[in-house]
Amino acid sequence: MTAVASSGFDPGAAATRATDAILRDTLHGTDRGVVVDSPPGAGKSTLVVRAALELAAAGRPLMIIAQTNAQVDDLVLRLAEKDSELPVGRLHSSDADPYDKALDDLPNVRKSTRAADLAGLDVVISTAAKWAHVKDVEPWRHAIVDEAYQMRSDALLAVAGLFERALFVGDPGQLDPFAIVGSEQWAGLSYDPSASAVTTLLAHNPELPQHRLPVSWRLPASAAPLVSDAFYPFTPFRSGTDHGDRRLSFAVPSDGSGPDRVIDEAAEAGWGLLELPARHTPRTDPEAVRAVAQVVRRLLDRGGAATSERSDEPVPLTADRIAVGTAHRDQAAAVRSALANLGVTDVVVDTANRLQGREYDVTVVLHPLSGRPDATAFHLETGRLCVLASRHRHACVVVCRAGVTELLDDHPSTEPVQLGVTVKFPDGWEANHAVLAHLAEHRVASRP
Amino acid sequence: MSLISTLARLEAISTGRAQPVATVRHRHLSERPLVLVPLTTAGEAGAPLGALVGTDRDAPRLLVVPQPRDRDLRFAFLAELADIVLPYVDSYADVVEAAERSETDPETGKRVKVEVDLCADAPQLIVPSRSGIDFVRLLGRSMRFRRTAEQEPEAPHPAPPRVPLLGRWLTHFGERARVPGSSLLLALTDLLTRHWATGQSGVEDQHLGALLAWIDPPGDESGDTAARRAELARDADGQLLCPPAGPATDPAFDNKLLAPAIERYDRARAALAAAEDGLQADDRLGDLTAAERGIRGLVESRTRPTWDAVWRGLDLLRELPEGAHAADRWTRDRWSFTGHRDRIIAGEPPQPRRDDAVTAANKLATREREQARLDAQEALDDPLVMAGRRLAGEAFAGEVTDVVMAYSEGKRPSPRPLVTVHTEDRPHLGERTKVYRSLGGKPQAAEFVGYDGPEGGDLLVLRIVDKMGRGKEPEQGSVPEKGDLVCFTLFEHDQRAGAKLPDPDDTPWTHGGPPGDPEAVPLPEQPDPVTEEDVL
Repeated sequence: MTAVASSGFDPGAAATRATDAILRDTLHGTDRGVVVDSPPGAGKSTLVVRAALELAAAGRPLMIIAQTNAQVDDLVLRLAEKDSELPVGRLHSSDADPYDKALDDLPNVRKSTRAADLAGLDVVISTAAKWAHVKDVEPWRHAIVDEAYQMRSDALLAVAGLFERALFVGDPGQLDPFAIVGSEQWAGLSYDPSASAVTTLLAHNPELPQHRLPVSWRLPASAAPLVSDAFYPFTPFRSGTDHGDRRLSFAVPSDGSGPDRVIDEAAEAGWGLLELPARHTPRTDPEAVRAVAQVVRRLLDRGGAATSERSDEPVPLTADRIAVGTAHRDQAAAVRSALANLGVTDVVVDTANRLQGREYDVTVVLHPLSGRPDATAFHLETGRLCVLASRHRHACVVVCRAGVTELLDDHPSTEPVQLGVTVKFPDGWEANHAVLAHLAEHRVASRP
Repeated sequence: MSLISTLARLEAISTGRAQPVATVRHRHLSERPLVLVPLTTAGEAGAPLGALVGTDRDAPRLLVVPQPRDRDLRFAFLAELADIVLPYVDSYADVVEAAERSETDPETGKRVKVEVDLCADAPQLIVPSRSGIDFVRLLGRSMRFRRTAEQEPEAPHPAPPRVPLLGRWLTHFGERARVPGSSLLLALTDLLTRHWATGQSGVEDQHLGALLAWIDPPGDESGDTAARRAELARDADGQLLCPPAGPATDPAFDNKLLAPAIERYDRARAALAAAEDGLQADDRLGDLTAAERGIRGLVESRTRPTWDAVWRGLDLLRELPEGAHAADRWTRDRWSFTGHRDRIIAGEPPQPRRDDAVTAANKLATREREQARLDAQEALDDPLVMAGRRLAGEAFAGEVTDVVMAYSEGKRPSPRPLVTVHTEDRPHLGERTKVYRSLGGKPQAAEFVGYDGPEGGDLLVLRIVDKMGRGKEPEQGSVPEKGDLVCFTLFEHDQRAGAKLPDPDDTPWTHGGPPGDPEAVPLPEQPDPVTEEDVL
């Protein structure tokens, strides 16, 4: 862990205090639920693993509910890493390849499609969708619900009968769950099935203890203040590292091109904006897509090395430490094929939804509003930008057409206000402006 | 908006005519739909002004409320409406066929097949525009909790006998209309925009006159001009030539024609009430009848053009052959209709004001499943819709250039043939992405193995994984052959049923516990606490 930051704030101590309070409420509290808000990279998974181990050690049968199979497998691996003796059950679907093959190498992990086969194990883990099919079993004394802000209220309704008490952990700033059909009919009801599980839980149980993890270990000192101010204005957090603790350097000097200049700016300041000339474009804007691909290509070609608190030696910036984030799947596909044309095939390119919970050294983001003639609710969603702007440990390069500020001013939020619905602050409009204002200080203009 | 619909709109602008976005009709149309063209009173929520309603395009029934703020007259209107709608609905309730449904046996808890009645056909309500659907819902809500004299003899202002029942049916139609692909209650503007793209915006498409002008402009006129005329043209008195399809009316009509007519009616009514003898009353009754006739004439003059437009729109839609899966979705509508019929026969109470947590979640799950099913079925039924999915990278079509037999590993090797498809499409395929094609109406699954040639090229290798029978050799016709034209989708063709939710009585603590518990719905029911700002 890092030394006490210059301000006198000790991130390690603050995080420990928060974790201790959470575990105290979880293990010894009387409330049926405990809610933990975690900003990006604040050690949410570590908390879940630790809580699971302590509950298991206390002899309390535990079920863990995560949202995707990847999250479930990741948790199983992390649990096994911490305690290879712990008997863990992985409940899975009957589809082909239902779980990560790496689980087969873990002797204490039992896998089954039926909950009855896993009865009596200390910890049983599955997705909310699979848990919903489990019927007629003795309720678990305890549950941990991971990524609870991305879980829909109706998914919680389907599984809440399976446990007596639960620890709900998640990041309120990320993408809200969504429904593919309209659900205005239920807006304002405390149990609106399309709302997040935590919203419903707290509407019915406002007295539940709520905790917050105060330190982001992922985001560098250059990013935490912006992400905190723009997306978590009322629940600020700090970075666990200080300016100068992390450094990104390149062996090959800049060739003076746009991509190289923005890489240098981002390496220096943590943020870089590669701005293309203003233009209305289709979603898969060929110039912007090519610019994204070129930035990635140059990141790889220039022999990057990342210095951080994790190791004494600089670590090479390899393809697996870089990710590209987009708003739409067709944009991701376009970037992937542009990268393939430049000979890059092993860099992760995905949408904000699928990058949630992931961490990289450097991210390259195609701005959701780049080239658009309008700013819809989808593109303005706070969580989308928050996910894209908070995946990196070192630097984030945003590729965008000029003119987004004007676009935002032309499109104030026009979504109808629903009675009884808690207004979410900040709204996407304001958050977008805050991020753009900051990025403008790290702007590199480019002509393709 | 998808790329292909953007293209269709651009093409509509450049050609001056709406462009087809479907080659088949994606909704079932009844042989005998009930068309309802309602008008409402400006500024009075839920106060109908009148309606044209019926199943015969040449003989609509005109219903009018001469003084919309008079609740007795409003009840009389609703009773008349019930006398038209309910017999129509009932005419479908009695004709049934035998069908099977799986139910949970209350004793064993097992799923068993039971034989039940399924209505052989179902009623279909058509309103001109989407706001008409909202109006149907509003009427339903305003009626279903009314009590009749028979139910509560003591209560003042009893509703006419069949009005609450009409409210329950309209509520059911209104709720069903929220299910994607359903056809019990349809808005004609939605139907038309599903099948044609115009050169105007989606909001403008809700103007039935303008929409029809784009699809079927008179003579050689361009859709643009005709639509503009439909929206704006007025006669010498300042009245719109094409009155809005309702339920809202044009303010110029309200102010210049309707308000004076209602005033005249009110005066005549007051005069009649003040009549001193029979002769005077007779006279004044004549005035009142004339005043009422005046209002009836006005309402008919505003609804009849819309009525004719609705039938014209239906004619246009009937020219398209029905999509293959529309009947399947109509069967679900019939189940929905039968289910509500049974609830009414069983004497169940009207639909509650708000859904409870479990009902809401079940409805949302159903609608999401139906939306996914609809999207898949429309693409499978219609090459033009499939083209849009192909353009979006969600499907691809091409020719089989090679088939190599291969087998799965394991004790009993099953056929896993590798099929190479040449395609011009650019599907978003990743390693082991599942793709599906329709084989005799059933989906056959394959896995994307890789490109034969350069990454992102036009030769795709797929491994077929199912629907080849149980033997070592695939069944005849179950594997595509060289030269076959095939179309695979990246989306699934059918939807799995979701997990069963708890009974409402078992609603968990996270969702407020079982409904009926007064504590169950905490916040919205209570007024806000008074704060300092509330007190001046």
